[in-house]
Amino acid sequence: MRGLTRSGRRAETRAALLFISPWIAGFLIFTFWPVVYSGYLSLTDYDVINDPAFVGLDNYRQMFEDPKAGLAFRNTLIFAAMSVPTQLVVSLGLALLLNAAARATGFFRTAFFLPKMTPPVAVGILLLMLFNGQNGLINTVLGLFGIQGPAWTTDPDWVKPGLVLMHLWTVGASVIIILAALRAVPQELYDSAMVDGAGWWRRTLRITVPMISPTLFFLFIVDSINALQSFTEAYTAFFGAGNTTYSNDAALFYVIYLFQQAFQFLHMGYASAMAWLLFVVIMIITAVQVLLTRRYVYYEGERP
Amino acid sequence: MTPRLLRWAAVPLSLALALSACAKGTGGAAAPTQAVKYSPEARLSGTLTVMGFGTDDEIATTRLDRAKAALGPQVEVKLVEGELDIQQFLSAVAAGSPPDLINPNRDQIGTFASRGAIIPLTACVEGEKIDTSMYREAAIKQVTFGGEIWAIPEFNQVQITMANADLLRRAGLTIQDVNGSRWESVTAAARRMHQAPGGKLKVIGYDSKLPEFLPLWAKANGADLISADGRTAQLNSPQVVQALEFAAGVYTEQGGFPKVKALRDAADFFGKGNQFARNELGAMPMEQWYLNVLNNVSPKAPMAFDTFRDRQGRPLAYSSGAAWAIPRGAKNPQAACRFAKAMTQVETWKAAAQARLAARTKENKAFTGVLTGNTRADEEIRKMVTSGGEPWDGGVKAVYEANANTFSLPANPADEEFKKAWQDAVNRVLNGQAEPKAALDQAQQVAQAALDKAWAAWARRTN
Repeated sequence: MRGLTRSGRRAETRAALLFISPWIAGFLIFTFWPVVYSGYLSLTDYDVINDPAFVGLDNYRQMFEDPKAGLAFRNTLIFAAMSVPTQLVVSLGLALLLNAAARATGFFRTAFFLPKMTPPVAVGILLLMLFNGQNGLINTVLGLFGIQGPAWTTDPDWVKPGLVLMHLWTVGASVIIILAALRAVPQELYDSAMVDGAGWWRRTLRITVPMISPTLFFLFIVDSINALQSFTEAYTAFFGAGNTTYSNDAALFYVIYLFQQAFQFLHMGYASAMAWLLFVVIMIITAVQVLLTRRYVYYEGERP
Repeated sequence: MTPRLLRWAAVPLSLALALSACAKGTGGAAAPTQAVKYSPEARLSGTLTVMGFGTDDEIATTRLDRAKAALGPQVEVKLVEGELDIQQFLSAVAAGSPPDLINPNRDQIGTFASRGAIIPLTACVEGEKIDTSMYREAAIKQVTFGGEIWAIPEFNQVQITMANADLLRRAGLTIQDVNGSRWESVTAAARRMHQAPGGKLKVIGYDSKLPEFLPLWAKANGADLISADGRTAQLNSPQVVQALEFAAGVYTEQGGFPKVKALRDAADFFGKGNQFARNELGAMPMEQWYLNVLNNVSPKAPMAFDTFRDRQGRPLAYSSGAAWAIPRGAKNPQAACRFAKAMTQVETWKAAAQARLAARTKENKAFTGVLTGNTRADEEIRKMVTSGGEPWDGGVKAVYEANANTFSLPANPADEEFKKAWQDAVNRVLNGQAEPKAALDQAQQVAQAALDKAWAAWARRTN
């Protein structure tokens, strides 16, 4: 780089920009522009057909007075609070198991990942079958132990736990990521800990978890964002086709309500405002998470 | 620094300019429409794009052929098949390149009409000399908005009572006990026919088909969910509350809605193992097409049929179905109008029924009829129905009787929100979150607010 003249650098920059220009154009047209535009729409009354009419902050005001928006927001937060830790703990557990299984790891890695290939709509339908209160597999198995399972698909108290459990269906991707991180933990650390007489639990808690904390943190953030935006499974199971008129308030997630406002009721302005509020909330939650990492996450190469 | 600052300042400026240039709709109903001349004698040409119509059976293909013939050789018909995708349609209208004709459900017409997504068909009906008296009154009501007709009714759907004769007999009951004419008999039948050994529901005695059939139960109790002008919600009227209390109470008799729904979800609804064939369901009101499904997949199921009846014992059914509407900005409205007319004429329907009859005869099966939005076509097709023996013939008779006794709810500009409001109320009751009265009080408020807002927007647009 030192040998390059100013004009040489410029030429290089131009070439680089030219190479990534398809992406830049795509980003500007299909991501940046719609985002900016939805910001404008959130300040209007817009029904897709007629010109948007500027209404200032009315949509935002209405949102804070709309009990259903409040309900949808609460539902989403509760779901995220239940689902994210469950996902992390289960995927960590499975990854630890896989890491211990020496020879068959390859097979199980594929096996765990396969369900991730199921289209989310199918997962929604699967939920209705597995968690069927009368004949579902889950309640049948519980019945073997003398437990009478709840009405997972209709009882408002059990709808969210059902969705959380069903969400584990696609835990495979996280398992693979954690497994990769586990493989990167230096064996010496374990060896010396064993010399010092540390047991499995102690090694896991004191060595494994801290060493893979960047990965766990990454998953924590990604899962949180996903949970806050969750839509397809809940929509299919509780609002979508095949269930055209039955629905359950307890599964009314924020994005589902947003979708109804936008595409069923044609309140595009209101839906845009909802989208922006969600964006801000996710930003805040992520910012808080990033702040927390400074305390809890260990990055190699940083000061110890 | 200054050039850079300038550059950055240009971003918001150009954004603002672009924003003001964007999202220009095609104008509301108040926008001027160029006078289109419709006439049965007019020679048509060009392309006709039809959205939301599929050619998956002989009824569809026969009618399409006849409609194409009516358009003449100069018109090329392009189909965008599959159910009408509202988003796709509305964006096409907003972008100024809509299809020429759409095939939506009749209960979507109010939403489309009020927002100026479709055009009124008064000129089309007069110009093409379409005799609207031949269309079913309930269907016409659903597509009338602001005093004008906005769509041409196509198919018709009605409900009848379907029951399992074996389960009825074993419980010492008859079809009259479950046709809705005496609510206390329906409740008693639900109690007597349902089976729940060890608390696990094995047989549903009676399924009142909530949430979707609340309008039917309300009407059977003498109430409409919305006023005739489509402006006032009537969701918490005493009759509607009573209807919901009764219809939801039917589930309580059988161990609660969750159990009924779980069993319903687990059933093979369209297959050989359907609930009637497996003796898992005593009775329910259901749309007439299900009779054909049952006849096809389980011809030996021990069925019994009657019309659904109101509390005075009169046959009653809620009419629904598709219709033809012309989007605002359609390039070829003349061809669209002629097509809609040709698709719904008596002769077209007869030809389609003939094709279905031929196909059924070839398979050695009975022709159970086709319900259309055209009363005269229905009379003609009924003459073509062939016997499939009992109980199926009795079922077909019930269907035609129901078809002659239909009602509908008027078009309104907040169709979807109105529907969602009462469905949410029913669901809250079914999920055990609210009592019928409280749920419907809340729904009334939500629905009325949505109606008021939508009608106010319509008034602004048309004045």
